[in-house]
Amino acid sequence: MAAELHVELVAADRSVWSGEATLVIARTTSGDIGVMPGHQPLLGVLESGPVTIRTSEGDTVVAAVHGGFISFADDKLSLLAEIAELADEIDAQRAERALERAKSGEDAAAERRAEVRLRAVAVR
Amino acid sequence: MGAQLRVYKRRIKSVTATKKITKAMEMIAASRVVKAQRKVQASTPYATELTRAVTAVATGANDKHPLTTEAENPTRAAVLLLSSDRGLAGAFNSNAIKAAEQLIKRLEGEGKEADVYVVGRRGIAHFNFRERKLAGTWAGFTDEPSYADAKKVGEPLIEAIEKATAEGGVDELHIVYTEFVSMMTQTAVEARLLPLSLDEVAKEAGESDTLRPLYDFEPSAEDVLDALLPRYVESRIYNALLQSSASKHAATRRAMKSATDNAGDLINNLSRLANAARQAEITQEISEIVGGTAALADATAGSDK
Repeated sequence: MAAELHVELVAADRSVWSGEATLVIARTTSGDIGVMPGHQPLLGVLESGPVTIRTSEGDTVVAAVHGGFISFADDKLSLLAEIAELADEIDAQRAERALERAKSGEDAAAERRAEVRLRAVAVR
Repeated sequence: MGAQLRVYKRRIKSVTATKKITKAMEMIAASRVVKAQRKVQASTPYATELTRAVTAVATGANDKHPLTTEAENPTRAAVLLLSSDRGLAGAFNSNAIKAAEQLIKRLEGEGKEADVYVVGRRGIAHFNFRERKLAGTWAGFTDEPSYADAKKVGEPLIEAIEKATAEGGVDELHIVYTEFVSMMTQTAVEARLLPLSLDEVAKEAGESDTLRPLYDFEPSAEDVLDALLPRYVESRIYNALLQSSASKHAATRRAMKSATDNAGDLINNLSRLANAARQAEITQEISEIVGGTAALADATAGSDK
């Protein structure tokens, strides 16, 4: 039996995704990290970026998270983010427009958010 | 129609109109309570996970973080009061304000200066009227607070707590809000957010006695805690804002329900009075007619002679 880990991806105001997975890749402040079942207990600070979850059915779920934390213990993984969106929920055209707008308006934070969204869509 | 009867009729009409309005407000508030409750529930997973993470780091990290250790001589405390923008909610705002006033008095009794931050127009108006200087005020989102609003409120508070006390920072952070217990009960409560008391946090997470795993921190325990605590404060403020809004709507619903009931009673009483007045009018008219015919009969009987 392939080992599994339980993943909870929660945003501040809702639960975004939860289920069983075999691998989770996230970007912490000190680099990308991959977590598989049986990993040592871990608590890290996430960078804005895409999170890739390989589910036990073999599917891949990609989400864009904007800051947050990853915590793992007892084969339970929690991804906490103030804002988190699944790649399927992201409107690529809207994100692109937001990126243009942010670039012209020189809003660094908005530009970063839009970039993260687009990257998540690209990974999908 | 007699003058008195007309007055009653007019009053019945105006009370009926008021009743319609309060009834509508009651319905609106009832539907908003449900919505607000749903929002509280939706925010719970994040809050529990965050609380668990905070407990894990704070107990796992050996070094003392300024946000988890109590200052030896706390001299200034921040008090955040959550009130609502609009009234018509019974004792909702006055209860919250009273709890805040008590807390401020207690803190001042302990020799601490209290910096007051207020959310909601009602609370702001209360303190402005008493000419108390407020450290920060926010209004306009109490009916449906979003996480961005909680961030906006949390920002200056976190800034204040990170600053040294001598430079105008604060040692403690208290929050006063109205806890949503049930549709019928909402209580004003105060809680100390910072410095963090770990026992309470653990109790909240519901795992005070379980053995916690030894975490690997990425990049380091201190950095994680530094990043985690502001989010924790924000999440607590967000939760308090949501509960407060649910409580406000529940209080409004109750106040409007009793207003509607009272209007109904008033209408009943007034229509009884109006009926009595109409009856009295009719009786008077009959006796006038009877009296009139009797007088006429007497007069004709006299002329016949």
